Amino acid sequence: MGTWGLENFTNDQIERYSRHILLSEIGGEGQGKLAQAKVLVIGAGGLGSPCAFYLVAAGVGTLGIVDFDKVELNNLQRQILHVTKDVGIPKVESAKKRLLELNPEVNVVTISEKLTSKNTLDLVRQYDVLVDGSDNFPTRYLMNDAAVLTNKPLVHGGIFRFDGQLFTILPHKGPCYRCLFAEPPPPGLVPSCQEAGILGAVAGTIGVMQATEVLKLILGIGELLTDRLLVFNALRNGFREVKIRRDPSCPICGDHPTIHSLIDYEQFCGLKTSERR
Amino acid sequence: MSIKVRIPTPLQKLTQDKEEVSAAGKTVAELVVNLEKSYPGFRERLCDEQGKLRRFINIYVNEEDIRFLKGEATPLKDGDEVSIIPAIAGG
Repeated sequence: MGTWGLENFTNDQIERYSRHILLSEIGGEGQGKLAQAKVLVIGAGGLGSPCAFYLVAAGVGTLGIVDFDKVELNNLQRQILHVTKDVGIPKVESAKKRLLELNPEVNVVTISEKLTSKNTLDLVRQYDVLVDGSDNFPTRYLMNDAAVLTNKPLVHGGIFRFDGQLFTILPHKGPCYRCLFAEPPPPGLVPSCQEAGILGAVAGTIGVMQATEVLKLILGIGELLTDRLLVFNALRNGFREVKIRRDPSCPICGDHPTIHSLIDYEQFCGLKTSERR
Repeated sequence: MSIKVRIPTPLQKLTQDKEEVSAAGKTVAELVVNLEKSYPGFRERLCDEQGKLRRFINIYVNEEDIRFLKGEATPLKDGDEVSIIPAIAGG
């Protein structure tokens, strides 16, 4: 992959990205890095919508988006890739349409399969950076393990009611999701957004920050949230940080890992397939 | 001795919707015992049947995870701030 400069861009592209190019931290070279980057966003929902929107606006070369759900009316309060007339169609379809309207030069790849232990590694290997915008624990552990096993950076985000959490996993360099939370809660103990609600704009706050982490990663600028968990509460309007450390006894990235391939995450999370939405 | 404890949203039902409470304790374990006295049911939400801290909840003393300090024996002093942070999966 060669270095890109402004000579690789058309006049329209230079105009489109001019506010990026003006930033000395980005410039033509940085915009070239974005144009060559491949980012995979898991979920076209509350987090994935704003994240994918900004990444496509920013001019990432390839944006993969994974979701097997269809758009529902109750999604529209926060999932800003979808509009009222999209209700009933697959989320990846409305996502692709909207993203290409924003920036037709991005290669938007849609994946409407459910991620499993069988298909995930082959998928993530095709990308440079992964974003977790999923809405359930099995997918979160699946993505963490896939990121560690393939050594791909993963930007984690989670939301609940008025709360958000965010950090970036650089496998083997910093802590992973299992270092932070070794095991998922037993089913039923932690209510989902579907059961407990979510302030729509919180999804925007965290999803846009996930996009920011991805852009910093691709550009190689600034400091990533790799050893800190960002904790947001919308009611207090507060961001706080706590330290995260790599756990030497982590089963996947610790000193003596016991997990060497993807496992059955629904079983790990105490769920059977039939119990999941 | 007064320790400021930040209560996560899922546990605020037990603390009458308060997101911050004060409690006493020379260690994290003592603090949890005292929180249980003030807010019955608290301990059960934090700890499993064996009394161990549940693995999807972390306790931080002044931003440091107690798993990397002395666990539940981590000493507390006046003015310390304790945060309880559970995993959240929504997206």
